[in-house]
Amino acid sequence: MTKVLLTGNEAIARGAYENGVAVATAYPGTPSTEILENIANHKEIHAQWSPNEKVALEVAIGASISGARALCAMKHVGVNVAADPLFTFTYTGVNGGLVLVSADDPGMHSSQNEQDNRNYARFAKMGLLEPTNSQEAKDMVGYALNISEQFDMPVMLRTTTRVSHSKTLVELAEPKARTLKPYTKDARKYVAVPANAKGRTVFVVEERLQKMAEFSETTELNRIEWADKKIGIVTSGIVYEYVKEALPNASILKLGYTNPLPLKKIASFAAEVEQLWIVEELDPFMEDQIRAVGIPIYGGKAELGRIGEYTPSLLRKAILGIDSTAKAPAATPIRPPVLCPGCPHRGAYYALKKNKKLVTGDIGCYTLGAMPPLQSLDTTICMGASIPVALGMEKARPDQAENLVAVIGDSTFLHSGITGLINTVYNKGTSTIMILDNRITAMTGHQHHAATGKTLQGEDTSQVDFEALCRAVGVKRVRVVDPGDLAALDQAIKEETAVREPSVIIARRPCALIVKHTEPRLQVNHDACVGCRMCMGIGCPAISFTDKKSTIDPSLCVGCGLCQQVCKFGAIVPEEVQ
Amino acid sequence: MKGTKSILLVGVGGQGTILASKILTNVAIKQGYDVKMTEIHGMAQRGGSVVTQVRMGEKVHSPLIEPGQADYIVAFEQLEALRWIHFLNDAGTVIVNTQRINPMTVIIGSAEYPSDALEQVKAAAPKTISLDALEIAKKLGNIRVVNVVLLGAMAKQMDIAKEDWLSALEATVPARFLELNRQAFQAGYDA
Ligand SMILES: Cc1ncc(C[n+]2csc(CCOP(=O)(O)OP(=O)(O)O)c2C)c(N)n1
Repeated sequence: MTKVLLTGNEAIARGAYENGVAVATAYPGTPSTEILENIANHKEIHAQWSPNEKVALEVAIGASISGARALCAMKHVGVNVAADPLFTFTYTGVNGGLVLVSADDPGMHSSQNEQDNRNYARFAKMGLLEPTNSQEAKDMVGYALNISEQFDMPVMLRTTTRVSHSKTLVELAEPKARTLKPYTKDARKYVAVPANAKGRTVFVVEERLQKMAEFSETTELNRIEWADKKIGIVTSGIVYEYVKEALPNASILKLGYTNPLPLKKIASFAAEVEQLWIVEELDPFMEDQIRAVGIPIYGGKAELGRIGEYTPSLLRKAILGIDSTAKAPAATPIRPPVLCPGCPHRGAYYALKKNKKLVTGDIGCYTLGAMPPLQSLDTTICMGASIPVALGMEKARPDQAENLVAVIGDSTFLHSGITGLINTVYNKGTSTIMILDNRITAMTGHQHHAATGKTLQGEDTSQVDFEALCRAVGVKRVRVVDPGDLAALDQAIKEETAVREPSVIIARRPCALIVKHTEPRLQVNHDACVGCRMCMGIGCPAISFTDKKSTIDPSLCVGCGLCQQVCKFGAIVPEEVQ
Repeated sequence: MKGTKSILLVGVGGQGTILASKILTNVAIKQGYDVKMTEIHGMAQRGGSVVTQVRMGEKVHSPLIEPGQADYIVAFEQLEALRWIHFLNDAGTVIVNTQRINPMTVIIGSAEYPSDALEQVKAAAPKTISLDALEIAKKLGNIRVVNVVLLGAMAKQMDIAKEDWLSALEATVPARFLELNRQAFQAGYDA
């Protein structure tokens, strides 16, 4: 069949299609998002966005128990959210195969931390596969599902950003039949109460680990490529390609299946090479286990480091001592990502800054409000943290109560904000919560969610009513404001922070990238502009300041009018007027 | 083509580097090469620096291009050319769009746009071809074809037949924009 160039994510989607997956679930998160977006194109698969990763995994678990093959995808931190069902599902085991895709992000290209989720596979006692390129990513979906059914457990397919977002050639295959296994009630397996679980830990989970270890020793996924035996490298994932690039003469033990590790195979490989190197990004996941069984290691984490991504030249330098003398980079100002022209978050942050509020933040495009010149965020921890963190601050420092505002995006509010809000109401907090409702999950590339009215596969569906939802959990003061109207926003912030009860301001305006802009573009009347720089304070990329005057780039302006509202001299006018 | 060729496409989020790299990889596949391409999405979409790395050859292992390794750098913006210039190898070629886009750090006055960015690039890379792709695109009536103008300029420098580029263009862009893109490609090729 033909070879096509696919990203790792596209390849995983294709793998799901070819290998009989019937239900696929996810909550978006870079670098995993495109997996479900691509699966959604196959109408024979039910593909869905769930409000968060825990729910997504639970839906996949249900599909598996009922006999279907299922796939659930998330970014690395998503597994933290889904850890609860995961750790018990490894006890109960599967019916139809279940693959959990964890997309890790060494180098933190778009994440708040660098956690190495291979540790989860070991912690939860589940199988673990690490693809090197898109072909393997596709093939390993099939392996993972087979292994899952063979050993009666979920299997983790762990990618990294460079696998998820690199395109490499893939050979396509015909899809297998999508068959449903029979479902028979089996409470001792699927009802995880202590009595049942105790039985399973001893007789199933531990016994299974033994069998998985034997499998790991014999599977073709773990293979030796003999070459010169002076240097022997044990590696997995994308790093294998860096090893091939940097050390074409080294012998390699390439591991595709890494939990449990094939320790016997590693020992016999080690015995034949002079220098054994363990080459893996992030944690010493393999290295620690190999050291623990007494296999002498010549080099690893101490020489290569445990932070960020590896590169071929890093390996060349550390292992061969060859320093490719590259030129030094030129001094250049950085170009950080910014809120887009017309972004509704800009108005919200401007108003908060003007009111000098202490702002607990959350995760989304609106986290960019932490950057200059708005710099309006005090905290960002994880999705959903804004509301509870504000309450914690209020309880610790009651004098700050009137000064606190929690900001949270619409998708994030549905992900894990609502429980925080319930907690604030229940525990008699008085915080002001601002839902930055731009009608979409913007940061990860505009995915629908439960309040947009569309499913992942494009069907019309119901919409969460934020106003009614907030009232239902006990918030009495709920109001909707347009963040494009600075005066209204300012008034809402002043009034709601002043009252001694919890209140919700829904700042509602769709993301500037999902609407057609009909307002006239704006320009600066240089005769009226006094060069006060007020408009520069909103941090709009369309506005620049030269020769003591502001100028608006017409190719970037969408006419949102925010700059016009902050200009005290009427110098900003619609294009036709001047 | 001998060995592996490494091409870096750099620019600012929203400038259309992704389409350019798609056409480039399509051409490479047609030539029968192994191809790898890597890019970082996410935060970079929001007007930040973007970089796409393309490698092609008989057998490509690492998708990464490292400092001193790029055979070509196609820069969609001056400052981005300067930011990545140390990635060029000694014999490498730079195609640079003379367009300037101020980063937020410059807009708010916390940094200065290097006024001699283009000169610095030319000093570091004798084989630098600079063109005002934005102006060319404007003349063609659509500023969105800046990317294809630059691709045309790059195609001129590579030993792959022009027809192959044009058929890859045909396979990648929607039919109703094909004529415009053909003109853009040709304008870049002739620039
Ligand atoms: C647990 C977890 N899952 C997923 C992500 C990835 N992620 C970061 S921001 C975001 C979406 C935010 O959407 P929304 O709250 O609507 O804000 P917007 O970007 O639209 O402003 C997602 C999915 C994450 N950081 N953590």
